[in-house]
Amino acid sequence: MNIFDMTIHKLHAALKGKQISSVEATSAMLARIESVEPLVGSFITVTPEQALEAARAADRRIARGECHLLTGIPLAIKDIFLTEGVRTTCGSRILDNFIPPYSATSWEKLRLHGAVLLGKLNQDEFAMGSSNESSAYGITRNPWDTTCIPGGSSGGSAAAVAASEAVATLGTDTGGSIRQPASHCGCVGLKPTYGRVSRYGVIAYASSLDQVGPLTRDVADCAIMLEALAGYDPKDSTSVDTAVPDYSAPLTRGVKGLKIGLPKEYFIDGLDPDVQRAMEGAIETYRRLGAEFVDISLPHTDYAVATYYLIATAEASSNLARYDGVRFGHRAEADGLLGMYTKSRSEGFGTEVKRRIMLGTYALSSGYYDAYYVKAQKVRTLIMNDFITAFASVDVMLTPVAPTPAFKIGEKINDPLQMYLSDIFTIPVNLAGTCAMSLPAGFSASGLPIGLQLIGKPFGEETILRAGYAFEQATEWHTRKASI
Amino acid sequence: MKMTAADVEHIARLARLELTPGEKELFAGQMDAILGYVEKLKGVNTEGIVPTSHAVPMENAFREDVVRPSIGLEKALANAPDRAGTFFAVPNVIE
Repeated sequence: MNIFDMTIHKLHAALKGKQISSVEATSAMLARIESVEPLVGSFITVTPEQALEAARAADRRIARGECHLLTGIPLAIKDIFLTEGVRTTCGSRILDNFIPPYSATSWEKLRLHGAVLLGKLNQDEFAMGSSNESSAYGITRNPWDTTCIPGGSSGGSAAAVAASEAVATLGTDTGGSIRQPASHCGCVGLKPTYGRVSRYGVIAYASSLDQVGPLTRDVADCAIMLEALAGYDPKDSTSVDTAVPDYSAPLTRGVKGLKIGLPKEYFIDGLDPDVQRAMEGAIETYRRLGAEFVDISLPHTDYAVATYYLIATAEASSNLARYDGVRFGHRAEADGLLGMYTKSRSEGFGTEVKRRIMLGTYALSSGYYDAYYVKAQKVRTLIMNDFITAFASVDVMLTPVAPTPAFKIGEKINDPLQMYLSDIFTIPVNLAGTCAMSLPAGFSASGLPIGLQLIGKPFGEETILRAGYAFEQATEWHTRKASI
Repeated sequence: MKMTAADVEHIARLARLELTPGEKELFAGQMDAILGYVEKLKGVNTEGIVPTSHAVPMENAFREDVVRPSIGLEKALANAPDRAGTFFAVPNVIE
């Protein structure tokens, strides 16, 4: 087996058994990145020198007998995570020269375990997009078919795992930005419950929805990553102070008697036939494994996209007010302070970011605040209540991740509303604040991966990981590799 | 409701953005389509429903007010586009 195709748990065993060193593993990954990057474009910044230095330090730790599951494992993270001393752009020209003075808690936790950073991954600008086409640093291509988008906004994070350019990656998910690219690229992606992982040092898009999570080759790796990431952080007062369970040990407990809900609003007419077939196959697999199915309803599903695009843009317009050319980032030459703000922002932001700032500013503006923003917040309450009601009778929910497999590059770029509607099955989970995972569940006729979404109760990551693991053990979808 | 060029200009001014004539025209049409789509929320009865501002219900998170080390002046100023001593320098505000 190629080193660059290994999972965290396999590579960990090899590192611990001294069959391989972190320097060897890291060098293999860097060589792989060099050979496939021209085809994929997963990275904005590759950091080979720092990576090898971290790998040497990891090897010294391992030699001393300190080998945590992540020690010496080469990872890459979305360019939305602040990394002290390493340029962080968030996919935007406005941060083209930004070198953060501190690191995000989530990356810091992995780094302290001895994980090796290979570089920073491409993404939609400020995480606004579903296709990675809004990045100021070029598009990312889907490793399964380079004429297709990898999904977004964590498109680089998913493509890097699929193209074996990193053992695992970090992404963020505000409306599906981990799960949708994971689905399109055939990897596992988890959006934890809001508050489960610290958002400190993660560049803010929509603060009441943003959450950090891992993208991995299999569910066991996902459990390892979540266990390292989860927990209360005094630097993020919205992180929740609740105990972090052992996510790995219960994986093998199976799904016998598990009650799985099928929300009827997610199995609509017009669902892509390949996606429909994959879902039917998944239901059949779970039945065989002893799970029970319950028909449920989430009646306000149809309002989720509209609710999201008012709340997320309103929060974005406020969060992105900080980019004014004063303290960091791009500054344009102009007469007077107001001119400097306006010109810096207009030169620095791309079209999608401007569009969302405009929408959000409108939704918050005098005379429209109640009709748009407050109305959306009320509908959000109804959407959350749908989940609370449905979860009274089921343990998890099973749905598609996206209505279609990955679409073509350029297909939806001129129609923002169609682009927004591709997140129809992932957005409700962010509004409800609960957790969900995407895992490989089949392929389209043209060979594109299709993901299955398991939605859990708040802080019910343990249950969806266990359900995902059982599915993975019973199927071989996750073992297929993109032939890039 | 139809978004006019004047509406777009007004919102851009509030957002501290300067749009090109092409962007103004593009956004007017696209915002019309998106705002038309979100109109569907008007059909939801939200009488007596409390708005949700956060996924996890929580009160203010208080902590002790203690002095702790911070990143320091040099690090804080390292990304400054322009500085004057230990300050961020900006264009004149008052003539």
